[in-house]
Amino acid sequence: MRYSIWNVLAQGLTGHRGWKPVWRDPAPQADYDIVIVGGGGHGLATAYYLAREFGARRIAVLEKGWLGGGNVGRNTTIIRSNYLLPGNEPFYEFSMKLWEGLEQELNYNAMVSQRGIINLFHTDAQRDAFVRRGNAMILHGADAELLDREGVRRLYPFLDFDNARFPIKGALMQRRGGTARHDAVAWGYARAADALGVDLIQNCEVTGMRIEAGRIRGLETTRGRIGARKVGVAVAGWSSRVMAMAGLRLPIESHVLQAFVTEGLKPFIDGVMTFGAGHFYVSQSDKGGLVFGGDIDGYNSYAQRGNLPVIEDVAEGGMALIPALGRARLLRSWGGVMDMSMDGSPIIDRTPVEGLYLNAGWCYGGFKATPASGFCFAHLIARDAPHPTAAAYRLDRFRRGLMIDEKGQGATPNLH
Amino acid sequence: MSGPFRLPSGGLIDRGRTLRFTFDGRAFAGHPGDTLASALLAGGVRLMGRSFKYHRPRGPLSAGSEEPNALVTLRSGARAEPNTRATVAEIYDGLQATSQNRWPSLRFDLMAVNDLIHPFLAAGFYYKTFMWPARFWERLYEPLIRRAAGLGRLSGEADPDGYDKGFRHCDLLVIGAGPAGLMAALTAGRAGARVILADEDFLPGGRLNAERLEVADMPGADWAAAVVAELAALPNLRLMPRTTVIGAFDHGIYGAVERVADHLPEPPPGRPRQVLWRIYARRAVLAAGATERPIAFPGNDRPGVMLAGAMRAYANRWAVAAGRRVALFVNNEDGLRTAADLAERGVEVVAVIDARPEGARLPGLRHLRGAEVVATAGRLGLRSVTLRHSDGRRETIAADALGVSGGWNPNLQLTVHHRGRPRWDEAIAAFVPGPGGPPGLAAAGAAAGLMSTHGALASGRARALEALADLGIAARAADLPRAEDAPVSLRPVWHVAGARGRAWIDQQNDVTVKDIALAHAENFTGAEHLKRYTTLGMATDQGRTGNVIGLAVMAGLTGRSIAETGTTAARPPYTPVAIGALAGRSRGKAFRPVRLTPSHRWAEEQGAVFVEAGLWLRTQYIPRPGETHWRQSVDREVLATRASVGICDVSTLGKIDIQGADAGAFLDRVYANTFSTLPVGRCRYGIMLREDGIVFDDGTTARLAEDEWVMTTTTANAVAVFRHLEFCRQCLWPALDVQLISTTEAWAQYSVAGPNARRLLERIVDQDISDAAFPYMAAGRVTVCGGLRARLFRISFSGELAYEIAVPARYGDGLIRALVEAGRDFDAVVYGTEALGVLRVEKGHVAGGELNGQMTALNMGLGRMVSRKKDAIGVVLSGREGLTDPGGHRLVGVRPVDPSAGLTAGSHLLEPGAAKVAENDLGWLTSKVYSPHLGHDIALAYLRGGEARIGSRMRAVNLLAGTETEVEITSPHFIDPQGERLRG
Amino acid sequence: MLIPHPLLGPRDAQEFVYLGDAALIDRPDGTAAGIEAFHDYLYLRDNPAGQHRELWYHEQGDRSWLVVTRDTVTHEILKAELARDVALARGRGR
Repeated sequence: MRYSIWNVLAQGLTGHRGWKPVWRDPAPQADYDIVIVGGGGHGLATAYYLAREFGARRIAVLEKGWLGGGNVGRNTTIIRSNYLLPGNEPFYEFSMKLWEGLEQELNYNAMVSQRGIINLFHTDAQRDAFVRRGNAMILHGADAELLDREGVRRLYPFLDFDNARFPIKGALMQRRGGTARHDAVAWGYARAADALGVDLIQNCEVTGMRIEAGRIRGLETTRGRIGARKVGVAVAGWSSRVMAMAGLRLPIESHVLQAFVTEGLKPFIDGVMTFGAGHFYVSQSDKGGLVFGGDIDGYNSYAQRGNLPVIEDVAEGGMALIPALGRARLLRSWGGVMDMSMDGSPIIDRTPVEGLYLNAGWCYGGFKATPASGFCFAHLIARDAPHPTAAAYRLDRFRRGLMIDEKGQGATPNLH
Repeated sequence: MSGPFRLPSGGLIDRGRTLRFTFDGRAFAGHPGDTLASALLAGGVRLMGRSFKYHRPRGPLSAGSEEPNALVTLRSGARAEPNTRATVAEIYDGLQATSQNRWPSLRFDLMAVNDLIHPFLAAGFYYKTFMWPARFWERLYEPLIRRAAGLGRLSGEADPDGYDKGFRHCDLLVIGAGPAGLMAALTAGRAGARVILADEDFLPGGRLNAERLEVADMPGADWAAAVVAELAALPNLRLMPRTTVIGAFDHGIYGAVERVADHLPEPPPGRPRQVLWRIYARRAVLAAGATERPIAFPGNDRPGVMLAGAMRAYANRWAVAAGRRVALFVNNEDGLRTAADLAERGVEVVAVIDARPEGARLPGLRHLRGAEVVATAGRLGLRSVTLRHSDGRRETIAADALGVSGGWNPNLQLTVHHRGRPRWDEAIAAFVPGPGGPPGLAAAGAAAGLMSTHGALASGRARALEALADLGIAARAADLPRAEDAPVSLRPVWHVAGARGRAWIDQQNDVTVKDIALAHAENFTGAEHLKRYTTLGMATDQGRTGNVIGLAVMAGLTGRSIAETGTTAARPPYTPVAIGALAGRSRGKAFRPVRLTPSHRWAEEQGAVFVEAGLWLRTQYIPRPGETHWRQSVDREVLATRASVGICDVSTLGKIDIQGADAGAFLDRVYANTFSTLPVGRCRYGIMLREDGIVFDDGTTARLAEDEWVMTTTTANAVAVFRHLEFCRQCLWPALDVQLISTTEAWAQYSVAGPNARRLLERIVDQDISDAAFPYMAAGRVTVCGGLRARLFRISFSGELAYEIAVPARYGDGLIRALVEAGRDFDAVVYGTEALGVLRVEKGHVAGGELNGQMTALNMGLGRMVSRKKDAIGVVLSGREGLTDPGGHRLVGVRPVDPSAGLTAGSHLLEPGAAKVAENDLGWLTSKVYSPHLGHDIALAYLRGGEARIGSRMRAVNLLAGTETEVEITSPHFIDPQGERLRG
Repeated sequence: MLIPHPLLGPRDAQEFVYLGDAALIDRPDGTAAGIEAFHDYLYLRDNPAGQHRELWYHEQGDRSWLVVTRDTVTHEILKAELARDVALARGRGR
């Protein structure tokens, strides 16, 4: 059913008795043309675009838990396209453009809100790097501005401008950056995919892959054997484990990233900001909670939980940047398992197994990529050719020396 | 008497002292021992807050940290604390509290219009609308939503209070000082184990303080006080009241926050407001008790409706009557205690509405079996309760307070911090700790689902004995004091069926039974979907009061069991924690340590301007009288250095001593170029690659003796390079005879550069340093100033005749003064990092902007340094196709065609006439300085096909500023490309 | 986390810097192996959910590199050895 203000009003007057399920709960069929493994944001978006843009049919999404239960449901909701390198920026700008029309397309309000993101700098060298980046963004058709210290102060007068260990000198700003309601992104894609006939199958864990003569034939799951002509894997966090079923080792480590939210507060921070002299970034949700995070814990983990030192480190960054934060209370923390890749950039590519495609390695930046990742992965699966904006995300780039290393940290995943 | 609702006697308050405070400007009084909620209730105030969505009037639901409704802003100005639970805030003389999330006043809140239009604001309504037109979201809809959302307000001012952190260790951490915790602590304490007993309350005793139950034939509170007195006297036990254990982390590490001064107007001088403790516990007993849950029925959120156990606590502990005419609605035996206690204290109990049809009736009270509450009335406070008798007959009873008990949920949160799953216990209709809890943590008492006092005491003792046995600590089982062991006798009633009107489940977030039904209709039926769609359990109580009810209602709709419906994971912190406490002292200037250079004191005396370089504070430049712009100072420092001599503190460079018979072979493997052939007494520039072939670091390494070398690294990479070398030494080539030690802090090192550098140093160094005796790239041990041991290196970053001289760090201050004195005749200058940057860019040396972790030696024009004749880190992978592109980026120089035009680092390089799009982007300016020597800006740049473009003209485009400059591509060596000066 | 340092006893993990899979000890010989072998060595990981042998460096301590055997699901630490001993046992030398 189509959502609209009239619908909400009419249902309000009649006791909300007419709302329909946002998605069906179909039993898995014996086989599909395309099976997407992973009912997180990327998997759901992939299924949606396959059906919507590429005319594919007989599609299923297999989710081991609940739809949207991957990192799309545990992130800090930031969207931006402020990347430096030519392998990345066109892709993220494509994603931003998809965000900008997403809600009307999906008929679902995911609260995409372009309230602006600023990356603070504290040294001349950081400024120079941001000038380089801002220019790269504009050359790729994105927007960027350089704010000086006073420009930052006008936006956020409560930052520590007077007593900071690392003085704020300015910021790179992308006004089109912002946030989106993370769960709603998953639900919007799920609802739209379901409406296009995609089978969304929850509580269905893949336990094996049927590969014959180098070609994927189907999957073993906790809900039985499911045949497939093509299989796309989008299970960030667990990519290594799932692809091990196909005998592949990946350039990926799984790490835990914690994130945090405070109790609800009246509007305090309008946009998104990142601290340039510590690991801290923050925005405020429409409910009023300050949503913030920092660095990954730094060790391999599948535990979906972290430890105290990182919580302290993030709080220290917060207090160094916003001294008023001391009296806000941390309400809840959570942890997600990140696919940390060897250059900090993702992989959207074919694999050595024919018909098996991989979408992985999103590090802690997968949420903002959701629309473009889904679109480009669908393009790859449907046409067997990479989408032009994702052509650099190849699995063999490490062998060929074509890394996409925004931070310049090399093959040490926990430093990206 | 402090208020009309204060009972004439009893309570654990000090009636001898009166504390005065205000709420929304109105004056009240209370006593030591009161919370803000107890004192306000005593003063006749029931309305304390407004709900999140509908702005419904609300009073306290609870008497503890789970409070969802009575949230106030405590204190004012920079100390204002939004969302403080009135139920746990201790009052002090002069306390100021303000209600929040209302306008213009708590009693008359215009935003309560939301309550009138509630049919349109059901769960998730915002996902279905506000989409047209698209740009109205940021401009209209969202600002309205944001303004309405949120609870309290941050002041925006810097938190004036201090916070601290500490570490504590123990054999047994006991979390909670109720009967189970006290018994556990007593057992372990008497056994001599190191025990920490932490309790979130300011008064240990837990529920014993809230009950009239007897323990060991005395009032429970007295027994608790006696045990606490014994514990306090034990040298091996630390009692930590006002301390909440917020999280169970790995390997027995617990986070705990102690509220040191929240009960005072402000922290005493020198004392923190709160302390974050990291407690290392070999074993832990979770004795955190249980949280009572309400029942969902229409109008169950009015001020005056509260948990029965809270009502009892207010009467017994604080001697406060929740109302004049009190009704109760219960489904279990414990709720009846409230009726008995209130009656005993002389409060009129008008009805006990008991959902259980069978069983004995309370004597002397109107105990209605098989009845349920179906409606309430009263806008700003409860006036009446409508009930439905077992025969279906309805009756409305005037009442100003209604105590509700739907059973108790164990406070098992810490047991699921490691992602363990709780287990559903039918007997108490609640989740209890399940498998997968933190190793070493065991739950006791109500936290374990044992709801009687006897059960708490016995399990507390048992869990402690087990922990001690595990640790090999001999212990004796203390006698168990006599205590009640009543059954729970609960009949689950989650919500009252067949009653019209909204029944609240999550009171703060305004989640009602209808919202759960809506979520069900739309297929958001799992625990996580339910939570995320309706916001159930996402309020500041983290679902402690509402979660289980919501899940149970959903289970009823789906026909699944509650266990199958599942629960969401509890995550740290157990209760919300001030971010200040988590940050401790690391804020402001103390955010990170400051490293000072050996010349810092001298530079300060000269009025130097300093700049942050990582943790270091370095001299940026030293202005002289009359210089009003930094460029004047920097230009002078540069020109004076090139004209005569300049001195610069370079102690921040990493310094690593490398010794052993295989040190040369080791260096050959960690540097891309060869070192083993270096003669003693010489040094060489080296580039170090990462294993992926990208340049990691550069610097010079000197051979001081056959088996003794000293390496320098960049300032930024000093720590990382040392770590990498240790990795190579210990993990890759463990049998090489080589030893490493970082000596960065051990040596003060100064660069002395310029045509008069030798003449200056000859006055300092005791040995012959003529060009013949100490040629370019010589290195060795010398003495200075008549015998002080020193190291001298003839190396140059500036392109001038230059040396670096190092003395033990404690002589660094002396040496800078001696160098300045010796240089007086030469008009020597001391230059800072700005001039250092100018000198190195003029000479074309790579540094931060070029050593960015993305570039190869080939990119830097140093490709020939990578020796393929030996095995060295990074050499193999530096040969990959993507890193050897002949048309790839190369380091070049850039100068403006018009010398008066400025350059900006970060500008991109485009061909003349090329459109400003990414396809035409050929490179960027990495570092830019003004060269006073050349009289114009110069820059280094990475440019595609750079070498071939030298001499050509391009455009340096800075789209951020909307500028572009015509530039000429040059060699990166702007000055003395043949290197004649440095060999002088 | 607490790491049971073989020489120093239990130490807080905050004193350490983490590198990753202990297979990084098994560096190919650069004079013999080519890009393929180095690619596999440097970039590919088993990344197990369960027992993981991994390198930790005691930076705020005695500068030992350790090989810690840790469960990546529970974070339980089963063993900690000096990486130098492990490397020698795996046949690494000069």
